[in-house]
Amino acid sequence: MGRISLAWKILTSSEFAARVTGLLDAPPALAPPTPAKPEAPPKHIAPSKPLRSDAVTLLAALQREGRLIDFFKEPIDAYSDAQVGAAVRDIHRDCGSLLERQFAICPVLDQAEGSNVTIGADAKNGRIKLTGKIGDGSQASGTLVHHGWRVAKTDVPVWTGTAEAASIVAPAEVEVR
Amino acid sequence: MTAQFVIGIDLGTTNSVLVYSALNEESPQVLLLPIPQVVAASTIESRSMLPSFLYQCTPDESESGAFALSWSDDASFATGHGARSLSAEFPDRTIAAAKSWLGHSKVDRHEPILPWQAAREITKLSPVTASQRYLEHLVAAWHQAFPDAPISQQNVVLTVPASFDASARELTREAALAAGLPETFVLLEEPQAATYAWLNAVGDRWRKLLKVGDRMLVCDIGGGTTDLTLVEVAEEDGELTLQRAAVGNHLLVGGDNMDLALAHFVAQLFEAKGLTLDPWQSVSLWHSCRNAKESLLSESGPDSHTISVPGRGSRLIGGLVSVNVERGQAADLLLSGFFPDATLTDRPARSRTSGFREIGLPYESDTGITRHLASFLNQSLAGTNLTHVLFNGGVFKAQALRSRLLNQLQGWFPDSPPDIVDGSDDLDFSVARGACFYGWTKLKGGVRIRGGTARSYYIGIETAGLAIPGAGRPLKALCVVPHGMEEGTEVDIPSDPIGLIVGESARFRFFSSANRRDDRPGELLPRWSPDELNETDSLEATLSATDDSEEDYVPVTFHSRITELGILELWCVHESTDKRWKLEFSVRDDAES
Repeated sequence: MGRISLAWKILTSSEFAARVTGLLDAPPALAPPTPAKPEAPPKHIAPSKPLRSDAVTLLAALQREGRLIDFFKEPIDAYSDAQVGAAVRDIHRDCGSLLERQFAICPVLDQAEGSNVTIGADAKNGRIKLTGKIGDGSQASGTLVHHGWRVAKTDVPVWTGTAEAASIVAPAEVEVR
Repeated sequence: MTAQFVIGIDLGTTNSVLVYSALNEESPQVLLLPIPQVVAASTIESRSMLPSFLYQCTPDESESGAFALSWSDDASFATGHGARSLSAEFPDRTIAAAKSWLGHSKVDRHEPILPWQAAREITKLSPVTASQRYLEHLVAAWHQAFPDAPISQQNVVLTVPASFDASARELTREAALAAGLPETFVLLEEPQAATYAWLNAVGDRWRKLLKVGDRMLVCDIGGGTTDLTLVEVAEEDGELTLQRAAVGNHLLVGGDNMDLALAHFVAQLFEAKGLTLDPWQSVSLWHSCRNAKESLLSESGPDSHTISVPGRGSRLIGGLVSVNVERGQAADLLLSGFFPDATLTDRPARSRTSGFREIGLPYESDTGITRHLASFLNQSLAGTNLTHVLFNGGVFKAQALRSRLLNQLQGWFPDSPPDIVDGSDDLDFSVARGACFYGWTKLKGGVRIRGGTARSYYIGIETAGLAIPGAGRPLKALCVVPHGMEEGTEVDIPSDPIGLIVGESARFRFFSSANRRDDRPGELLPRWSPDELNETDSLEATLSATDDSEEDYVPVTFHSRITELGILELWCVHESTDKRWKLEFSVRDDAES
């Protein structure tokens, strides 16, 4: 049944088919030495707006793996710092490893904070934000206050669900006895 | 089309990995293939490992395609991370450790028996089919990344435990071919693969690190199994060569047992606080314990580690319960449980409770890895010294376990304490990397480990004699494959001819031995101790009636051959006509032959 219904779904739902095709074309996260030629998508499928924003998929992953949404939605005023701290350790570990896996976040500039760095074209291309006595913005160097963060990759999971489920960050859980 | 890549696949008990290297490079550039997989309903993410778990979807889930992957038209099951997460909540819908079942000769591995003891309404798969599904997933991921380089045209090396006997290897091969691997793919033993990973890491320096007569233990402790191999350094035409001298028996104890032991201990601490864990919390605890193990057992680890289990509802902090695990407690539990102090003459304790025993996986009744190790070294070294040790497997990320085992080994050989050789620090991937490097050297040249068969093999021959009521006829074991028989060689087995009935299938009991290393082909063993010979799947051949022969009986002798790919073939040969019949493992489905 599952096989037939899925094939049927691909045949009848252009949105679903488009998402399936999107998956087929998704490049591998590590670039192969000889880049594979992506197959041309079938012509009859019109590109459609994704059912769900990647941001929601990321929220769902942060909740699933690190329970981040539970943490932010819970009023914490009544808890001691120790109680909050105990919970944060696990959230820190689990959400941290998720961010590392999906984004590989690393510094924009590798130099140590406090050291002197050259500015160059980086101020114009958004890699550097100048602070302090900017003047006409023509200074050649400055002190690195914050090394910045950038993502080395973006591997947000691909979501293949239905329109009804698009807004679900975490489904309600009901235990059947 | 010629091969563009060499591919190494580690089909693990708990995780599977695929690595590859383009053949047009100067030297092997081994890369990991990211594997898209369902991580949660309708959510597909690429990960570097494919957990070897298979979840059977409910009819609703199959219908909605929540666990479907783009390349598959079958939405009724899921393999990978999603399946592993679901395994705790739905153990009877999830297949785990299919590979251990593959090596378990007490069950028919073509029968749909997994998930083991699942309810009747749940679709079951055979250990062979489950393994095929994992490989199909890897193959599909490969084809998605490299649509112009079909895997059937690449050089593929697939790893198996050194302790897998001929029938487990044959079953692995069957699953691999069904999954689309090329006919020419090669099986490589995992500890050898780990050694190749080390050779790749040190390059030609190995010739300086090792000398003739050195003996290196490769101790590979994976998630579910422990695999032991002894490699000897020899000399040939003035060149150093590596020779695989011995392999250990199949031990079903590994890192997962340690994490579970710690989790069990910690669960008791929680119970003391009045919290009984539900399955979801147990998984959460299991993962926390893996981290705790690595942190508490690292060299500069903290004295205690807090393990918290969050509440089940949306109140996270309110429902949180924490316990403190002391470094000493964890170390005691794991070291005394899995690495107890042993002497070289110690033997693993055998469980005495025979009689009725549920047939499940034959988990080791003695989890003391040091005692299994002592038994292996005592047999395989035969009084000589051990000079080096190579550790492999995720377990050794915990520094304390590494030093504990090294101390034990050095204590056993006080005159010349063995050195640790360090290769890749990437313990989760080194088997696959080593397999890829081996494939590379096979094509382009480079150091090779020679070994031949890790075991000797025997056919059971019932001897003639007066039948005694209540007693079977005495059984003798005819050696058909000697230990260390090399790939690409064959041998006629000298023996008295055996009469087989034409048109009927002839069955032979079949045995293997990891420790009888001096038996020659044709040797007939009248008796043996249970430690020496393990019975595995029986062999059978059906002799077709020949037109020119009116005889009912055909006198045959045996002929054995190890193919270039390391596959064992046994043949019955008719004495006068030279007609041959191949003996097949009777685990094979009759319908296929």
